[in-house]
Amino acid sequence: MELGERDPVTGRHTTGHEWNGIEELETPVPRVVLFFLAATTLFAIGYWILMPAWPLGVSYTKGLLGFDQREVVTRQVRDAAFARAAWTDRIARASFEEIAADPTLMRHVREAGRTLFADNCAVCHGVKGTGGPGFPNLAAGAWLWGGDPATIAETIRIGINSTHEGTRVSQMMAFGRDGVLTGQQVLNVGAYVRSLSGQSLSEAERGRLAAGKEVFAANCVVCHGDNGKGKHDVGAPDLTDQFWIYGGDVQSVHTTIYGGRQGYMPHWQDRLSPVETKLLTLYVLTLGDRQ
Amino acid sequence: MLSGLTVSERQLSLVVLGLLAVCGLAMIGAGRNDDALGTHGFIVLGVSLGLTFLVISRYFDPEPSQERLSEYYDDPTRAGIILAMVWAVIGMFVGVWVAALLAWPDLTFDAAWASFGRLRPVHTNGVIFGFGGNALIATSLHVLQRTSRARLPDQFSPWFVLIGYNLFCIIAASGYLMGLTQSKEYAEPEWYADIWLVIVWVVYFLIYIRTLQRRKEPHIYVANWYYMAFILVVAVLHIVNNLALPVSLGHAKSYSVFSGVQDAMVQWWYGHNAVAFFLTAGFLGMLYYYLPKRAERPIFSYRLSIISFWGITFMYMWAGSHHLHYTALPQWVQTLGMTFSVVLLVPSWASAGNALATLNGAWHRVRDDATLRFMMVAAVFYGISTFEGSFMAIRAVNSLSHYTDWTVGHVHAGALGWVAMITFGSFYALVPWMWKQGRMYSPKLVEVHFWFALAGTVIYVFAMWNSGIIQGLMWRTYNDSGTLAYSFIDSLVAMHPYYIARTVGGLFFLIGAVVGAYNIAMTIRMARAAKVREEAGTDVPLPRPVATAMQAGE
Ligand code: HEC
Ligand code: HEC
Ligand code: HEM
Repeated sequence: MELGERDPVTGRHTTGHEWNGIEELETPVPRVVLFFLAATTLFAIGYWILMPAWPLGVSYTKGLLGFDQREVVTRQVRDAAFARAAWTDRIARASFEEIAADPTLMRHVREAGRTLFADNCAVCHGVKGTGGPGFPNLAAGAWLWGGDPATIAETIRIGINSTHEGTRVSQMMAFGRDGVLTGQQVLNVGAYVRSLSGQSLSEAERGRLAAGKEVFAANCVVCHGDNGKGKHDVGAPDLTDQFWIYGGDVQSVHTTIYGGRQGYMPHWQDRLSPVETKLLTLYVLTLGDRQ
Repeated sequence: MLSGLTVSERQLSLVVLGLLAVCGLAMIGAGRNDDALGTHGFIVLGVSLGLTFLVISRYFDPEPSQERLSEYYDDPTRAGIILAMVWAVIGMFVGVWVAALLAWPDLTFDAAWASFGRLRPVHTNGVIFGFGGNALIATSLHVLQRTSRARLPDQFSPWFVLIGYNLFCIIAASGYLMGLTQSKEYAEPEWYADIWLVIVWVVYFLIYIRTLQRRKEPHIYVANWYYMAFILVVAVLHIVNNLALPVSLGHAKSYSVFSGVQDAMVQWWYGHNAVAFFLTAGFLGMLYYYLPKRAERPIFSYRLSIISFWGITFMYMWAGSHHLHYTALPQWVQTLGMTFSVVLLVPSWASAGNALATLNGAWHRVRDDATLRFMMVAAVFYGISTFEGSFMAIRAVNSLSHYTDWTVGHVHAGALGWVAMITFGSFYALVPWMWKQGRMYSPKLVEVHFWFALAGTVIYVFAMWNSGIIQGLMWRTYNDSGTLAYSFIDSLVAMHPYYIARTVGGLFFLIGAVVGAYNIAMTIRMARAAKVREEAGTDVPLPRPVATAMQAGE
């Protein structure tokens, strides 16, 4: 190549080309570049020899190590399950009472249950299980369907108003919208409902109590019970306690009675194993401990 | 802008705009049952009618003189710079918004269009295609003419490319806000936008070829190799990855012709080469012109340029599968992606090294001149992010980094530190040349911009490195029971402070960009106000008198 002028700073020649003032030096490729090019290429070739690498029509070179990511992950999952089996097997076999009485097993329940709950249930029930508007507080001990472990496990398995064929069905009808009650009756029974939990009522509300009580006796007791304490077999909540799914203020109670409520809780039969369901049941029961 | 067009070019514009208006009408008609297609029809119709009106109103202006042929045609470059800065501010503003959304999810204000999933692609496309793409078009047309010593082949096609390209960007961004997407990262726009981009891109390529054909230099400068690779490969990638069947001609929605793991592989072959040929090759073209020009130094090594260029173009093509480690993709494909990514480090570092070694003998300028410092820092970040990329491509490392914020940090080391910095540096060199000013309106503000940009990048990248690695470790930590120690929500809680830090870093970067846009706007005003045609200095066709070297119609 014909060389250009010598660059005073580096002492190198230019290539003799020039583009709008830009020139290039004739510097040879630094050794280190060539060295690393060779080193990385050798690494690549070595890796190709050891690992699955190049396609051969319908197959591929398997590599000397016989490494297969599918096998590896299958083995790792199997090994991990095997290691856990030390305690999961005992959970599977033991009754709820036996597990609850066994501190080691309960330690596993707390440890594994926490992440299981946070990853699957916390979106609705909150990380601590305390719920929020529309989602019941699981730490309060105020159960809709009953607080014994078998019932809770069943709720988790089949869900509420879910797509499972055996789902629990929770129906709080739209008394106002469907015209079962008049507007005034809705207001009256709303005031009465609020009185059940001992909330402070306004003057106007107090005036509605008597009429509200009648409406309640005629329409609500089938599900919420004579004293408003709820019924587990229909999932009707206790209206006398301080725990509300949708809220105990005038507006929320009115919205509930007027428009009805049908809470939705997915079923987990297809997503959680029986052991995981059992574990979560026990974990849910421990949620109240920290209250 | 229009006085530069000859009468026949004005006629051609009217014909093309007429055709575009017909397309717009057809989209409105076809989109009767599809809000998004119909809305886009109105946008297309509105743009074409507006431009038609503009052309007609200036139709009888005097034709440009023959003397124009002895000058470079820089109007599209000037417009491209302005558009790039507008998109920079928009795209980065939305970037700060999505960053804030991750820290405070309620900032969607319950509006569907403001949800994270819709704003995120507005950000990514706004900065990559809006800001980066306009910057590439603007600088490539400038560099092409200077290094070929030939004027662009005509006045119409560069405007077609620039305006057509921005129409594509607007259709893309407005589509995301309406919930329209192909669900392929960086290839989200739907089929009709994709077809339009192909047309625009072919014209862009032809401008390049036609100008290079008429070059007065015996050799093609390195910058043009890179710009050409960028245009050519992006065309190939775009066409293949966007092969899709629309639900019907009356619907915006389409479905990819690929499915399953093939779809994933094609997408990441595209996605990674978008990084390689859009965000790397194109901007290396920029680096290769503006850095030696500003430093007034010869390129350190021509031979190194050759090795890096062919190394980069060859190796990148294989690397896409490193985005699909530990997936259903057959392992041998992953192996190839990983090993080529590792070798790729060498030509990448050779490019960065070539740029930095070019500064030998000009380090005092780097110290004093923020513009050159932008370019120097860009080369450093290019080196950092290519090292990081090759490292993350190793399967074992990837098992930690993948799906975490580490990736986002890596992207932004490249996006902020390399792509945006080299663009700002080049613009600060180019703007005074283009508007015939001795310097930027305020060199102090360039300095201010530099420090905001650097601080913003460092804060952003460190925040994401930390959060990414913490995230990755939390997701793989097991407790004594042999189950996961942390839930996903736990890791979100741990990310929160880093998301706030990233928002702050992004805000710094955005402030810098706003300062830069202001500085450029004021430089333009300065040029307008002074109306002095300062001597262009070194920025004229050198050194032979071009008037004789170029002929009419060229
Ligand atoms: C999509 C939201 C959602 C998710 C996810 C969810 N739940 Fe529920 N869950 C509900 C709602 C709503 C109810 C109350 C239904 C009603 O109002 O009748 C409920 C009720 C329950 C009940 C019955 C409470 C009682 O008082 O009888 C239990 C137990 C329960 N959930 C446990 C769980 C567990 C364990 C998980 C995780 C595996 C979980 N839930 C996930 C929404 C959800
Ligand atoms: C068919 C059975 C049924 C009848 C009748 C019924 N309820 Fe309910 N009620 C329910 C169920 C089930 C729920 C829980 C709904 C849910 O969360 O999905 C409920 C919930 C409520 C709540 C909301 C409690 C909270 O925690 O937010 C109120 C208030 C209430 N009922 C009041 C009434 C009143 C007043 C009447 C009579 C006018 C009435 N209910 C009649 C079944 C019934
Ligand atoms: C103001 C500065 C910027 C801010 C605050 C910002 C913020 C963000 C945020 C919050 C995300 C989403 C991350 C996630 O989903 O977790 C993102 C993604 C992205 N941004 Fe930016 N950004 C900025 C500038 C840029 C620039 C200048 C570019 C390119 C030129 C860019 C390119 C990208 C890309 C490619 C992604 C997708 C990354 C991936 O999918 O892994 N950003 N940005």
